[in-house]
Amino acid sequence: MKSTAAKFKKSVRVSLGDPDLQRAMGFIKSGFVKNRRAAVERLPEFDELRRLARGIKEHTLQNLDFYLEAYEERVQASGGHVHWASTPEQACEIVVDICRRAGAKRVTKGKSMVGEEMGINDALEQAGLEPIETDLGEYIIQLAEEPPSHIIAPAVHKTKHQITELFHTHHARYGYTERQTEVPALVDEARQVLREKFLSADVGITGANFLIAETGSSVIVTNEGNGDLTNTLPRVHIVTAGIEKIVPTREDASTLLRVLARSATGQEMSVYTTFSTGPRRSDDLDGPSEYHVVLLDNGRSQMLGNAFHEMLRCIRCGACMNHCPVYQGIGGHAYGWVYVGPMGSVLTPLMVGLDEAGDLPNACTLNGRCREVCPMEIGLPDMLRELRRRQYQDRQTSRTSRTALAAWSFLARRPRLYRRLMGAAVASLAWLGRRRGRFRHMLLAGGWTSVRDLPAPQGASFQNQWRKRRGDAQP
Amino acid sequence: MNGSKAHVLASIRASLNRSGPLPASVARSLQARLARPRANLKPVVGADLTAHFTAQLEAVSGKVTRVASIDAVAEVVATHMRSYDLGARLVVAPDPALEGIPWSNRLSVERRAAAGDDRVSVTGAYAGVAETGSLVLLSSPESPTTLNFLPDDHLVVLREVQIVPHIEDVWVRMRSDKRRMPRTVNFITGPSKTADVEQTIQEGAHGPRRLHVILVSE
Repeated sequence: MKSTAAKFKKSVRVSLGDPDLQRAMGFIKSGFVKNRRAAVERLPEFDELRRLARGIKEHTLQNLDFYLEAYEERVQASGGHVHWASTPEQACEIVVDICRRAGAKRVTKGKSMVGEEMGINDALEQAGLEPIETDLGEYIIQLAEEPPSHIIAPAVHKTKHQITELFHTHHARYGYTERQTEVPALVDEARQVLREKFLSADVGITGANFLIAETGSSVIVTNEGNGDLTNTLPRVHIVTAGIEKIVPTREDASTLLRVLARSATGQEMSVYTTFSTGPRRSDDLDGPSEYHVVLLDNGRSQMLGNAFHEMLRCIRCGACMNHCPVYQGIGGHAYGWVYVGPMGSVLTPLMVGLDEAGDLPNACTLNGRCREVCPMEIGLPDMLRELRRRQYQDRQTSRTSRTALAAWSFLARRPRLYRRLMGAAVASLAWLGRRRGRFRHMLLAGGWTSVRDLPAPQGASFQNQWRKRRGDAQP
Repeated sequence: MNGSKAHVLASIRASLNRSGPLPASVARSLQARLARPRANLKPVVGADLTAHFTAQLEAVSGKVTRVASIDAVAEVVATHMRSYDLGARLVVAPDPALEGIPWSNRLSVERRAAAGDDRVSVTGAYAGVAETGSLVLLSSPESPTTLNFLPDDHLVVLREVQIVPHIEDVWVRMRSDKRRMPRTVNFITGPSKTADVEQTIQEGAHGPRRLHVILVSE
């Protein structure tokens, strides 16, 4: 997928002014956030499981080469094939090649973020194949010709009304000419249209939530059942997965599953958790006769052991974005690439370049909610800060901000001067803003006040108030 | 893409500050970890596994009907089909455990994998998991996977003794039964659903609209 992260600021303006998007984003708080909290509260062992899950991933990453080779051996022993790709382009070539050799025309797809990373749909179309997304959310955005705006709810930015119009436009050719305006009817119409596609597909492509070294299995979790129709009905099943998806055993995967669904949707278990191992056995009555796994690196191996190592623990649950005030405000598209929210603001600069995606690490208030809810305890704020540091170091930041930072750093190292200046600034701003309580315009802060008012300070700086209170509290 | 594997592995090793594979002694201990998997933490599950399983499955819109013996299965299936107006055609998994069920002669019963227009399937299961209310189905000639996903209504015959406390107990049982991983292991926890339209939960997305477990006590 091509990045538009460089246009972040412009996209944010569009998002903030889009009433449909703002309405749709409201559903995140009432859905994901509330449900996750309830699910975590129901499981007293959650924090301990989280600690164990983190340990499993760390152990695997420290021995990643070993586990990948062990995994490959087991896949081959079960009759499957493993393909390795350093780049998204290589991965696309491999997938297209498998499809060609199978004489495929129609390809159904389960949701796969690595597939998005590869831009596999474009590659398939260019090769004359017909890729069809089957996760309802992915299907909706495929019809809308948009990228996903959330890693587990790709069409979360769409309102029901917009979906009604999309289906009306695209389903008429299948004989569905009536506008469906209610959720059950919309879901049913998509079910019927896609059922035909499932049954006639030659190849099914799914992602993987986990790969298991012990058995050579790939694991997917879905609620719709689309992943299972995708990996059962066609002649060929292709799994696309990042190399960090590996875990040692089925027991380890079981531990991770307990934190995944709860963190993602607030479910204790997704409706369908499926372990796929190789192609159909000789006496099976159904299932694909070929099973392929494409392992994609795309910069992951270089994140091992450095400041961004923890990011490889990510299990793509989406909790960080669901709880991020910036994401909640602007939605996923503004981030301009596959991964969005806090995890995207770390991954996108690493995968497409800090110069391209330099705004993303700065679109963060460092409030730390993402880290608090992350089932893998990934230090997202620290990594965002590190990316900012690198920008500063590589002189990718603007002259204005460098000058301002230099001035601030000069003051911050002189506490007495800092206190005196801040005290004076706060007092005079409080006096100037005494009537309205806020400022519409502010010299040197036009970027801030162009879209909102700056609240006037209450009269004393934090440090002054702190000193005073501490003084009061002492006997 | 033969070079890619070497390239990826070399890059991983460089990042881990190693020039080659793990030392043999370390690799052996990891092989041992793979050969004898150990469960991590298993959350507390109530002592009454059947009650726990039932409560969990019902909480996610699965239906559970308890019957005394396998002979009562036919009547539950027939009632289910009548109440949802599902016609008279039924596909039953070619599972020996489901042989000898006295199906009503008003029903046309076929034993095979599913086709796209089948409305009702009856299958067995390998296990039930009390912790999550999940059914576990292993693909085999006796349990074709399409029966779990294509029909509108999936009815599953499960014996109470098949209910285990945790997910891990399924793996332990498979190992002691000497069952290798089949092509597919399905954990099924409720009917198919989606929340992709405005986070409104709607059942019957792509898989079965209804999941009905017939729990046999004997």
